Amino acid sequence: MIIDNTTELQAIHSFSRLEFLKEVYGIIWVLVPILTLVLGITLGVLVIVWLEREISAGIQQRIGPEYAGPLGILQALADGVKLLFKENLFPSRGDTRLFSIGPSIAVISILLSYSVIPFGYRLILADLSIGVFLWIAVSSLAPVGLLMSGYGSNNKYSFLGGLRAAAQSISYEIPLTLCVLSISLLSNSSSTVDIVEAQSKYGFWGWNLWRQPIGFIVFLISSLAECERLPFDLPEAEEELVAGYQTEYSGIKFGLFYVASYLNLLVSSLFVTVLYLGGWNLSIPYIFVPELFERGKVFGTIIGIFITLAKTYLFLFISIATRWTLPRLRMDQLLNLGWKFLLPISLGNLLLTTSFQLLSL
Amino acid sequence: MSEFSPICIYLVISSLVSLIPLGLPFLFSSNSSTYPEKLSAYECGFDPSGDARSRFDIRFYLVSILFIIPDPEVTFSFPWAVPPNKIDPFGSWSMMAFLLILTIGSLYEWKRGASDRE
Repeated sequence: MIIDNTTELQAIHSFSRLEFLKEVYGIIWVLVPILTLVLGITLGVLVIVWLEREISAGIQQRIGPEYAGPLGILQALADGVKLLFKENLFPSRGDTRLFSIGPSIAVISILLSYSVIPFGYRLILADLSIGVFLWIAVSSLAPVGLLMSGYGSNNKYSFLGGLRAAAQSISYEIPLTLCVLSISLLSNSSSTVDIVEAQSKYGFWGWNLWRQPIGFIVFLISSLAECERLPFDLPEAEEELVAGYQTEYSGIKFGLFYVASYLNLLVSSLFVTVLYLGGWNLSIPYIFVPELFERGKVFGTIIGIFITLAKTYLFLFISIATRWTLPRLRMDQLLNLGWKFLLPISLGNLLLTTSFQLLSL
Repeated sequence: MSEFSPICIYLVISSLVSLIPLGLPFLFSSNSSTYPEKLSAYECGFDPSGDARSRFDIRFYLVSILFIIPDPEVTFSFPWAVPPNKIDPFGSWSMMAFLLILTIGSLYEWKRGASDRE
């Protein structure tokens, strides 16, 4: 069809421009929550670094950071700025591209898993029906980055560290995924929001923690191993491997590894909260909730975020305290724990859950 | 906009967040004189002997082969796990049979000592 009327043509043009503007506004409106999320994550990491140093100092009866800012709160920021000014070294016989991109890939894959975490009622970046699955798929990319940096360094310690990181992470991924599978069987959904909603009845008696006690313990152990925290920090064991895949790194790239490990710790604690501890729900049964604090309102949302973070930081505290309580495992002990203990137990847990679900239908 | 568009935009932003720090040191970092020993691989102060990428323990390879079987198993279980009341009992029980076969397989693997690290 030929449009010969110029005004009609102009109308169509202006309409399409309007549509285009709408698209642009849509993208800008998506950018706001994303940037808020990134800012929140950054703040969270700074708080964790400070908490880790303070709690470690408390356990070892030291004072800890105290000069940078009140109570040393700005210590992590000061460390980051210092790392930025350090010399940017490339090992002479290494692969420069793999060496540079490795830490970035580790950070990207962990950052992406924050998109499916509900911080409060309707406070989630993307409520996907496969939310939990996205986390599992994306988080298994991180060892690729570690392997790249270990191989790219062309250093024996780094290479061994990268191999250990990959072996450890794939060994503990299967028990972790089986636990998540049991949870999504119980909640009839893989969406993180639905999983939290399924736990909202009966206060804290409705938590998946009581329905999946074995799964909870297996999940906790495997997520510690996925984060490479003590007692599972074999890839970066200081005494044997001289920090493993980080040996050759200096400056901000070393900082990226540091950030990646704390981001991973934070996301694991958030997922413990979401999957087992009822997420943003207040979780106290028979309590009178005033109208003002109903969910969906501003106060209710703020309280939801506060509750999520309180549960999350409880688990962060546990994993930081574990660091100074348990000795490091040996490599064969680590793999035996993964393949011969956690895998059968989590498989049995899954079979048990399935049988109960089928019988209760 | 589909439900995946925020994730795509978030992917771009997170790549920016993690790639920009790689470029920053070129502006800020100190550039002292570099000498060959400084850039060589760290081996406790000695000159590095040989290449790092020569041989490694075969067991790392074994672990990754062992991983290949259960990983698709778990991945394919997700579509089954989500609506168990929507597929009829025949579907559920056949998946149980599949899980049972895999359990027997991993038991066999265990008895043959594939996951042993002597």
